[in-house]
Amino acid sequence: MDSLHDLGGKQGFGRVNYPDAPHEETWEPLVRALTAAGIRNHVFNMDEWRHAIERMAPKHYLTAPYFERHLTAVATLLVEKGLVTREALQAMVEGGFPLAGPIGPGRLAAPPQDFAIGDRVRVKNEYVPGHVRMPGYIRGKTGVVVGVTPPYPFPDAAAHNMQATMEPTYDVRFRSRDLWPDSCDDALNHVGVFQSYLEKVAED
Amino acid sequence: MAEKATSTAPIEQRAAAVEMVLRRHDMLPDGFVDDFTEHADDAWVTANGAQMVARAWTDPAFRARMLADGTGAARDMGFEFPEHHRHLVVLENTPDVHNVIVCTLCSCTAYTIIGAAPGWYKDLDYRARVVRQSRTVLGEMGLDLPASTEIRVWDTTADTRYMVLPLQPPATEGWPVDKLAAIVTQDALIGAARLDVTKG
Repeated sequence: MDSLHDLGGKQGFGRVNYPDAPHEETWEPLVRALTAAGIRNHVFNMDEWRHAIERMAPKHYLTAPYFERHLTAVATLLVEKGLVTREALQAMVEGGFPLAGPIGPGRLAAPPQDFAIGDRVRVKNEYVPGHVRMPGYIRGKTGVVVGVTPPYPFPDAAAHNMQATMEPTYDVRFRSRDLWPDSCDDALNHVGVFQSYLEKVAED
Repeated sequence: MAEKATSTAPIEQRAAAVEMVLRRHDMLPDGFVDDFTEHADDAWVTANGAQMVARAWTDPAFRARMLADGTGAARDMGFEFPEHHRHLVVLENTPDVHNVIVCTLCSCTAYTIIGAAPGWYKDLDYRARVVRQSRTVLGEMGLDLPASTEIRVWDTTADTRYMVLPLQPPATEGWPVDKLAAIVTQDALIGAARLDVTKG
């Protein structure tokens, strides 16, 4: 989904808050452990959890501290998986308990294709209503395959509890000036792109 | 009828509510939170990646293995990965190439190897800007790279995790491995800094 979590290349942001100021919040280790407990007990998988974060209302996403986003995702998934009702959860706190928005349709992996190192590939011009791990800044763009990974579960299916076929990702190298012509620093941008997101570019 | 605006419940209360739900379903045994936190704080630390780097600087065979199979090299040294981190790729800095890591979609990191992601890495400003304005952002963070240095930005969008193999500072040639490991910072393992032992 095209939400505000997909930040790469967005403009108007300022200086990075660097280096870190000392920071200790006692609830943060608890939230980290709650996420781990949800994963270990198979209440949800990593992709469902990531997608629940992405489904947060943009205003909430942009203003919530990092671990509040995690907590919101876990709480949302506990409700969606039927471990607690929204009303019961709400009754346990004094004030609002914002959860992420509803989940849309997922999708299955595309038929397998074969890409080799050195192939020119294009990221499909797709607009996906559910979970997708293609950052918007590479959509429709062309790059070169420079590496291949072992197969991973297809996230667009896994995040929706659908049959997640295992497929490799390709380390695709883009030139920054092909991604943002005339408005970027010169660099090579490497992105791990799932096979289903790619199509071959015909050689001239 | 317009709903009356309620303020959001304190984060501590919301975390406690989720904790209670998991307890009621027997998914949070006594001691789990403390044990998990202690393990994360003790075992998933920057010193792991630093030891790998120091060994790579002093042992060419290990360096070659680490660059070819980062996961295997890390496991050989006794380091662990969560189930979903399936592949660790080590990115070698050279005088002409500088690698820097980001996760634009969330804040994925090889946290068992380089430690929990620092605050600045999770900063929305970093995630938005470093892919597009790499040299500018690194400069703002105090890393001025020569114009001839090629910058490679690695976006952690899949279950591959990355670690930078920094350049060894020339002044540390011949140092023992433990002393070398002690100079390797988390920022250098992400690529936001280069190591320099001559600066105060």
